[in-house]
Amino acid sequence: MFIKGRAWKFGNDIDTDVIIPARYLNTSDQHELAKHLMEGVDRDFSAKVKTGDIIVAGKNFGCGSSREHAPIAIRAAGVGAVIARSFARIFYRNAFNIGLLIFESPEASEKIKENEEIEIDAGNGIIKNLSTNEEYKANSIPLFMRELIVAGGLVEWTKKRLAKAEAMGGD
Amino acid sequence: MTITEKILAVHCGKKKVFPGELINAKVDLILANDITAPIAISEFKRIGAKNVFDRDRIAFIPDHFAPQKDIKAAEQCKILKEFSREYKLGLYFEVGRMGIEHALLPEEGLVVPGDLIIGADSHTCTYGALGAFSTGVGSTDVATAMATGECWFKVPESMKFVYYGKLNKWVGGKDLILHTIGDIGVDGAIYRAMEFQGEVIRNLPMYGRLTMCNMAIEAGGKNGIIVPDRITKLYVTKRAKRPPVFYNSNKNVKYIEVREYDCSKIPLTVSCPHLPSNARPAAELFEVAIDQVVIGSCTNGRLEDLREAAAVIRGRKVNPNVRMIVIPATQKIYRRAMKEGLLDIFIEAEAVVSTPTCGPCLGGHMGVLAKGERAIATTNRNFIGRMGHPESEVYLSNPAVAAVSAVLGRIGTPEELGL
Repeated sequence: MFIKGRAWKFGNDIDTDVIIPARYLNTSDQHELAKHLMEGVDRDFSAKVKTGDIIVAGKNFGCGSSREHAPIAIRAAGVGAVIARSFARIFYRNAFNIGLLIFESPEASEKIKENEEIEIDAGNGIIKNLSTNEEYKANSIPLFMRELIVAGGLVEWTKKRLAKAEAMGGD
Repeated sequence: MTITEKILAVHCGKKKVFPGELINAKVDLILANDITAPIAISEFKRIGAKNVFDRDRIAFIPDHFAPQKDIKAAEQCKILKEFSREYKLGLYFEVGRMGIEHALLPEEGLVVPGDLIIGADSHTCTYGALGAFSTGVGSTDVATAMATGECWFKVPESMKFVYYGKLNKWVGGKDLILHTIGDIGVDGAIYRAMEFQGEVIRNLPMYGRLTMCNMAIEAGGKNGIIVPDRITKLYVTKRAKRPPVFYNSNKNVKYIEVREYDCSKIPLTVSCPHLPSNARPAAELFEVAIDQVVIGSCTNGRLEDLREAAAVIRGRKVNPNVRMIVIPATQKIYRRAMKEGLLDIFIEAEAVVSTPTCGPCLGGHMGVLAKGERAIATTNRNFIGRMGHPESEVYLSNPAVAAVSAVLGRIGTPEELGL
């Protein structure tokens, strides 16, 4: 699977209150949430971002709240993937659980500049900078997390597991 | 093994687990609130499970935008109520019985030592204070756990924090944890268990321990945890609704990192905007003028926190430039505060007292900041726009410092009031 788009750069410790401020959490509607994506640091972000674009951030992306609304808003805004030096842990598991592609890559996080054209080979964890012809490696993903991606998220993975248990006569 | 590893091992049916290992573990309790439960419910329905795994182990607590602040929030809360009725959930808390989730569940004995608890709220790490493994997850995790009774985890590395020496006057759990986060940073414990130890912790009352474990997430921690002792036993004895199990950490166990703090050198601490790690001595911030003071939240809305604030504000008035909002975290705390005369002290001082809610902590309602306004709060986060307008500011402190600041109209210490 390949994702191709323009890079949008953000700094370190981008928290969930910046990604989707709590005042908008009185709804679970993903398109409504997407309208306010990154509003805490860039008021017009949701109007500017295009389908397939890639968020590139520093360390500890998604720190703070457990709100799944954060990766949901990113996905609903059409963002193809998030690359960061590191991710906060609840955001990290939420992204895999809902099927938002995220890549840990200190090198890509440091070298990619705003607006550069990026292509990600998701299966092999290779990030290509088409603007500079550089190539960066993403940290490898544990086998179980790959299973989650292949299944299409935790709900689909669980459905399969429950169906299997039922077929085997289990509970 | 560490206490964290032991609890995880028992819950996945293994004799031993190792940091980095991915496990599927059984959960003892699942919680979600009016922001996170609606998504969990829709995902649960998508799974197509016939029933929830255990109707008495799922707690739905509408506390964030409740009492319902607007129509949209009311619709969200209604989803919880209707699902709870449909599936006959035993732990749905309607307004009137509701309290802030992380104050309510320990108070009611619904979380006990040795438990494995997940909650779709990042401050679920609070219950580590009881010697439980407890961590925040997303709504989809809650949905699948509601169906299967299980959740996936990566076993965390454990980090040890040792507190020794004598605590300074008015310094408590909040100062210790703000100081610690200031030391290691907002990702200083990322993916890790934070185990709090030492003579100071052994003597720290339960409310201080709850405050410390509550903010483990602000250092990126997976969980905060304190090995249960006599203080834990005393706290859970009359409350526990299930039999507690007391685990400890082995003496020879290896921690990935150990940090030690001489508490005599830890001052009253305030975290400045816009990260909890921007910790500074409160005494250095006397030039910071304040528009709003909030005393409450899952971090510091317990009875002892209110007593501390009342001890400062008693016989004094809130500065004319300041609005002070006091929010007891649960109905029981509210009633006790009323009987003890604490509410009277606050109202006499011209503060307002609110019904339990997370409200202002996340900029929801009951004290939202305007552009350029500044608050000092006993809450847990001071991110950009956390309490309202993106150009407002939040300073984090303990209840005494917040109350002093309400009187002075600027950040101050009890010493300045001769306390």
